Amino acid sequence: MLDATEGYITEDGRNIGGVVMEMHNITLRFGGVVAIKDISFDIREGEIRAIIGPNGAGKSSMLNVISGFYNPQEGEVWYKGAKRPPMKPYQVARQGIARTFQNIALFDGMSVLDNIMTGRIRQMQAGLLAQALWKGKAEQEEVENREAVEKIIDFLEIQHIRKTPVGRLPYGLKKRVELARALAAEPSILLLDEPMAGMNVEEKEDMSRFVLDVNDEFGTTIALIEHDMGVVMDLSDRVVVMDYGKKIGDGSPDEVRNNQAVIDAYLGVAHD
Amino acid sequence: MPEQLIWGMEVFLNGLMAGVLYALVALGFVLIFKASGIFNFSQGVMALFAALTLVGIMEGQVPFSHLINAAFGTEIHHFGWHVPAVAAILLTMVVMVALAWLVNQLIFRHLVNQEPIILFMATIGLAYFLEGFGDIMWGADIKKLDVGLPQGINSTIDEVTYNIFGYGFFIDNLDLWATAVAALLVIALVIFAQYTKQGRAMRAVADDHQAALSVGISLNFIWVMVWSLAGFVALVAGIMWGTKSGVQFSLSLIALKALPVLMLGGFTSIPGAIVGGLIIGVGEKLFEFIIGPMVGGATENWFAYVLALIFLVFRPQGLFGEKIIERV
Repeated sequence: MLDATEGYITEDGRNIGGVVMEMHNITLRFGGVVAIKDISFDIREGEIRAIIGPNGAGKSSMLNVISGFYNPQEGEVWYKGAKRPPMKPYQVARQGIARTFQNIALFDGMSVLDNIMTGRIRQMQAGLLAQALWKGKAEQEEVENREAVEKIIDFLEIQHIRKTPVGRLPYGLKKRVELARALAAEPSILLLDEPMAGMNVEEKEDMSRFVLDVNDEFGTTIALIEHDMGVVMDLSDRVVVMDYGKKIGDGSPDEVRNNQAVIDAYLGVAHD
Repeated sequence: MPEQLIWGMEVFLNGLMAGVLYALVALGFVLIFKASGIFNFSQGVMALFAALTLVGIMEGQVPFSHLINAAFGTEIHHFGWHVPAVAAILLTMVVMVALAWLVNQLIFRHLVNQEPIILFMATIGLAYFLEGFGDIMWGADIKKLDVGLPQGINSTIDEVTYNIFGYGFFIDNLDLWATAVAALLVIALVIFAQYTKQGRAMRAVADDHQAALSVGISLNFIWVMVWSLAGFVALVAGIMWGTKSGVQFSLSLIALKALPVLMLGGFTSIPGAIVGGLIIGVGEKLFEFIIGPMVGGATENWFAYVLALIFLVFRPQGLFGEKIIERV
């Protein structure tokens, strides 16, 4: 078992660092319904960490806990070695945790470029007047931000739609723009909520490639949710499996694949 | 050139000027509606309240003096100082920002995710409250507002038009100023919305709350900012209307004239508010000039509403509004 600060090198030669986020005994309830029950796991720097499980297992709730949209009733969230107090989602975002949404949440009225620029809000510090007049710090910042955004646009191959209002794009491209916006924040942890949901095979392959490339190129730590086992097993370094709000497995894809509880959950064994 | 045509041109120009003032009020509506989906019925009253506060501060009036005098039997009304216009305008802006913060903190923060009709009702309540509050705070008498804007006939235009047409146009200096100020205001707002981080955040919040949160935008901050902006626009509108016709409680009724303007221009478009205002301004003045005499005048009272009604039937999203598409 690895120490929390120790890193290792994967088979394909990527550097995985120490633990950047830790969930300690998280329990989340909505009224009488227990969405997450006493779950603990960690996320290491530079890895692709998947949370999988059948529908209704509590995966999205877990992601919402990490991104601050829900505050759990019990348990602790540790981020970069410090316990995180209950926070608003925008505060979590400013700490460098970016996310996408299962049902795509983009700014439909804005162009692709503007959408991605909103991801840079964390990096903009210049005063209001300076921004309006485009002077001094603001000018330099804007140039830097634009450069960073253009790099991401190139990377995700969406140059041809830069000026298009997002509302007009097809589903697959919207998902990609949302990924671009999250990436623009240069996040410490990137949370992807079912990045492949509703996509056809080709789009799924594209998205898988992008997720791998992002992780490889920028060294971004990625935590993603999927219920499609196949996709996840190929992508991720480690997998948490949830079922009915509980953790039933945690480990490398191979370990998880051979875990009896996981097999039961997916094949549907009667709960007694 | 026939006299009628020349007069018509003068009426047209004056209509444009009046339209600018309508547009100023409509602008405040559009700002809040775009950023928060709230149709702010109290925008007109905010303009009145801003103007009242401005006069009060300039004249060194003691706020709540009636209340204080009635309670303690004193006779204080004035501090006995006069505040210069610029300082008073800045102070009034501070009051408007404080008001924006209070409105968000006490009302709208608690109504997140409520139906638009509920938010609308809340703004009606706010409108009545503010009207009464303004009355208690500053008194109900008609006040003169003079922040040093020039008033009266513009002699240059008078001369030039006299030389061309043999008839001097009457254009009020104040209207010219109002036009210039409105133009500046719109340019500033557009620059703000398009090119600053806060402006981008404002548009983001208007589009999608969750997504805005996920990129690190604080909804509360944006809402207070938007209400402050609306307060600022209300202050500008209040100054212009107040200088023109005195600060009086009928000022809040201008808000009603902004409704047809918005139906024409569309509730979500800043250029729409301007163009809508100009069309209503010109339309009602020309209509009064041409058709008015045939029907016994006073058409200005209803023309705008009839025009808005026609628009509602044939183009409900207005000239510039986003097309309403219902998916089944």
